[in-house]
Amino acid sequence: MSYVTKSPWVIHYDGSSCNGCDIEVLACLTPMYDVERFGIINTGNPKHADIFLVTGSVNEQNKSVVKQIYEQMPEPKVVVAIGICANNGGIFRECYNVMGGVDTVIPVDVYVPGCAARPEAIIDGVVKGLGVLAEKRAAMDGKTEAPQTAGKEEA
Amino acid sequence: MSTIFFLIIFAFVVALALLVLKTDAVRNILVKISAAVIAAASIWLAVEFFRTGEDAVTFAMEGSHAIISNVMLAIEVILALVVIFLGIKHKKYLASVLAAIQAPCTVWFELTKGHHIEVVDNLYIDRLSVIMILIVGIVGSLICVYALGYMKDFQHHHAGEADRRPLFFFLMFVFLSAMFGLVVSNNLVWMFFFWEITTLCSFFLIGYTRTEEAVRNSFRQLILNLIGGIAFLCGIITLGTFYGTLELTTLISYGVSGLGAFVVIPTMFLALAGLTKAAQMPFHSWLLGAMVAPTPTSALLHSSTMVKAGVFLILKLAPVLGFNMAGIMVMLVGGITFLLASFAAISQSNAKRVLAYSTIANLGLIVTCGGIGAVGAVWAGIMLLIFHAITKSLLFLCVGTAEHQIGSRDIEDMDGLFGRLPRLAAFMMIGISAMFLAPLGMLISKWAAMTAFIDSGNFILVAIICFGSAATAFYWTKWLGKLSAIMASRENIESGVNKEETFVHGSLVLMAIAICLVFPFVSKIFVIPYIENVWGIGNLSATLSSNNMIIMCVMLAVLLILILLFYGKTSKKIVPIYMAGANTGDNLTYMGSMQTEMTQSLRNWYMEKYFGEKKMNILGLASTTAIICVVFAMATGTIIMMITSMGGGF
Amino acid sequence: MVKMIILVVAYLILAPVIGGLLAGIDRVLSARLQGRQGPPVLQPFYDFFKLLEKEPITVNNVQDFYVTCFLLFVIVTGCFFFAGLDLLLVIFTLTLASVFLIIAAFSTNSAYPQLGAERELLQMMAYEPMVLITAVGFYIFSGSFAVADIVSGDKMAFPYMIGIFAGFVFILTIKFRKSPFDLSMSHHAHQELVAGLKTEFSGKTLAMIEIAHWYENVFLLGFIFLFFANGTIAGTIIGAVVCLVTYFFETFIDNNFARMKWNVAINASWLVAITLGMVNIVVLYFM
Repeated sequence: MSYVTKSPWVIHYDGSSCNGCDIEVLACLTPMYDVERFGIINTGNPKHADIFLVTGSVNEQNKSVVKQIYEQMPEPKVVVAIGICANNGGIFRECYNVMGGVDTVIPVDVYVPGCAARPEAIIDGVVKGLGVLAEKRAAMDGKTEAPQTAGKEEA
Repeated sequence: MSTIFFLIIFAFVVALALLVLKTDAVRNILVKISAAVIAAASIWLAVEFFRTGEDAVTFAMEGSHAIISNVMLAIEVILALVVIFLGIKHKKYLASVLAAIQAPCTVWFELTKGHHIEVVDNLYIDRLSVIMILIVGIVGSLICVYALGYMKDFQHHHAGEADRRPLFFFLMFVFLSAMFGLVVSNNLVWMFFFWEITTLCSFFLIGYTRTEEAVRNSFRQLILNLIGGIAFLCGIITLGTFYGTLELTTLISYGVSGLGAFVVIPTMFLALAGLTKAAQMPFHSWLLGAMVAPTPTSALLHSSTMVKAGVFLILKLAPVLGFNMAGIMVMLVGGITFLLASFAAISQSNAKRVLAYSTIANLGLIVTCGGIGAVGAVWAGIMLLIFHAITKSLLFLCVGTAEHQIGSRDIEDMDGLFGRLPRLAAFMMIGISAMFLAPLGMLISKWAAMTAFIDSGNFILVAIICFGSAATAFYWTKWLGKLSAIMASRENIESGVNKEETFVHGSLVLMAIAICLVFPFVSKIFVIPYIENVWGIGNLSATLSSNNMIIMCVMLAVLLILILLFYGKTSKKIVPIYMAGANTGDNLTYMGSMQTEMTQSLRNWYMEKYFGEKKMNILGLASTTAIICVVFAMATGTIIMMITSMGGGF
Repeated sequence: MVKMIILVVAYLILAPVIGGLLAGIDRVLSARLQGRQGPPVLQPFYDFFKLLEKEPITVNNVQDFYVTCFLLFVIVTGCFFFAGLDLLLVIFTLTLASVFLIIAAFSTNSAYPQLGAERELLQMMAYEPMVLITAVGFYIFSGSFAVADIVSGDKMAFPYMIGIFAGFVFILTIKFRKSPFDLSMSHHAHQELVAGLKTEFSGKTLAMIEIAHWYENVFLLGFIFLFFANGTIAGTIIGAVVCLVTYFFETFIDNNFARMKWNVAINASWLVAITLGMVNIVVLYFM
């Protein structure tokens, strides 16, 4: 059994979101939703994190930051794109300065749509991410094939 | 045992030769050979000492006593004239006045009283003297060897100035010679002679560069130590006039037989002289000023000579100190100096000043141990003295080399020294660890000192050492941290370091580690028998139980093995550091706003508002001056009372 | 001798278990104080084992050495303590361990760990006098620095050392890394210095720091126990209960205070050391 699913630590990055989804992410930590029930801790540090929660459509300025945070997370790691902007750019999709979705920069494992995504959906997405995390962990030992990233799991 | 005469005379002859011989090549060979000879002779002296099986070897020297005393007197008068002349020349009239007071007093005392006082043993070598001879002989001569390479660079950096190196090496060797004489003198008049020689040597060494600052600081040293000299003289005069003796052993025997309070007046004067030389507050400013001198001078003054003469005298006097006025003065001054100097060191970023404050603090600790005067405290004091001599000279010489290589003695510029000068940085880290960390030297003795402080029942001292240790750990660790930082892409400039310098660093590092591993034996062979002999007690066990000593040694051994086996080895993937996702890839710069590259620079904490140097100095000057004044006033009051009551009796 | 070995072995095996459980209960309790349900009690162990499973990465080739030494010497500290050796030896070994952790953080040459290291250093300077004063208090009270002698004394130290006890509990807030003095690692506020001193440590290295922390906590509670040990069963029970109460008292404090500035940490700790600690020492001298 892998312990990664029992202790998913998250890092949360705002890739030019309107803050709507960010507030919902933080709402998950409040007594109302209390994600610490699942051992989830918001670390704020890529080197400690297992799950990368990205909101917003990602723009030219913070593209490299998103990429670097992702690179600095030790394996196994999972990316959860939160909100419609993070999924495919949302209403900003055609803007000249946005990339249009997190998956244009880094591989995304779980998509959580919504504007803003509801806390329940976010928690659901993270829990889906745990499955991917477990597979990736198993793949690290070389027992199974690594899961195809961008498996387009939708919460 | 005549090796001691050989040491004193040989060092002096070498000094004269170095003054005359001016070519580099000749000097190189001469200094190296004579350093080796001096080190070997001091070890031989120790061996000889143990072969005699005696607790102390004495020399009466009846035949030559009068001649030597007269020669010394003549030299003292000449030197006093030199000081008076220099004082007037540089408009430092206070120095002239002090010298003008001191010389006639010496002459007067010698001619009217001194000659009539019988001195049985002029020289007296016991285990403490042997320890000092070993420190001076080995550490001191290593510093002289180091100075060869360093002074060459120094001359190179100060091109265009007159080459005064012959004078420099002359002074260094005279210094060693005087120190040998000082630590074996039992006749206080003789000791006073050597005492003044060391003062003058350091005066010339500090003023070596002859810049305005150097001259000013050298005179400050001179004035403060002349005050100490006068105190020493007062001690001799009172001792000779009222107690009819000039021998240190006689003075000490009063203390051993419980009559410490009976000789408190001369003791107070001698202890005051010791405090000035050991750079205790309020006299500590001379040691900070001495930093203007070339680094070997600082190393010599701080580790093996000069200041060690001061603590040597106080440790010698320990039996007559303790809970009398002299003892209380010494322990409080030492304690306050330890605490405040440790605090002040936090606020310094200049490596040499940190070292200076740390020296002052550690000397304060030794002085306090001497002041308490109990056997456990003296044990701790002597161990501190040994460890401090080796470690501090190592650190000074490392900083000296670093300064020549990176062009700065600021700790903030030692960022990533590990990449540029790996060997030197490692040496420095060992030196720093040895200053405050278990299981290395200084901590072992500090531990014993702490136990002694608590046993003395003086809760002020307990508070002082608790807070002082915390501050000590702070300033050393942040320096250690600076050195240990691994910075990418630094050019290795190790090849620029002189062979001599590396050799001396290496030897000192080995000594620092070796002495930690064998310190239980040092304690058993040297320190414990010394204390047993002086206090006349048998079967003294060390303050630290042998279990604890063994644990320390084992810890050190384990640590050494771990470092040798695992240090710097990793099979992990090395990744860039976290810079909020904006690391440009070299771990030194990050992408700032507007897409500009910014360099990150990290600085230590100095806590100026808490531990500002000025604040600490004012506090220290005020409190220690007050203590010394009050103690002297009380002593004077007691004398006046005694005289008047005696007058009433008549 | 046999008892000593049993105690050391028990410490080696049980300390991480007890430390982890305490940490788990602490987290549940904190959650309840905040009106949340909180994680499972075993959560700290899950975290620990997860960290062991992560990809091994490092930012330089020496940081793991320092962190390993930190863990090693924290464990050694506890072993010395439970073997009944000299209290000062125990404290100095603990200082050595802390210095290793600080040097590990400095060695990364990264901004957040360095800031954390400076703060850790400051915390060390803040609590060290009080820890030393505690040892001195036990020495004056029982005439020996050896833990074995202190435990076997027949008088309970607590009534004579109430001031020192209060002072020690005060600095435990720093040692347990609780608010208001959780300055260097910042369990709760991630915005300010990310993970402080721990920022560059991940995977196994971070797991080592976690387990060292558990070892350290149990050893610190041993200190609390010393105040009550008097060789009787009643004393032992009181001691154990007070240890637990103290630990959860710190949790309570943690949840009721905002984090304070570093100045407050050093001012308050030194003030406590001088007033409660030193006054108690003076009283002990005159007793």
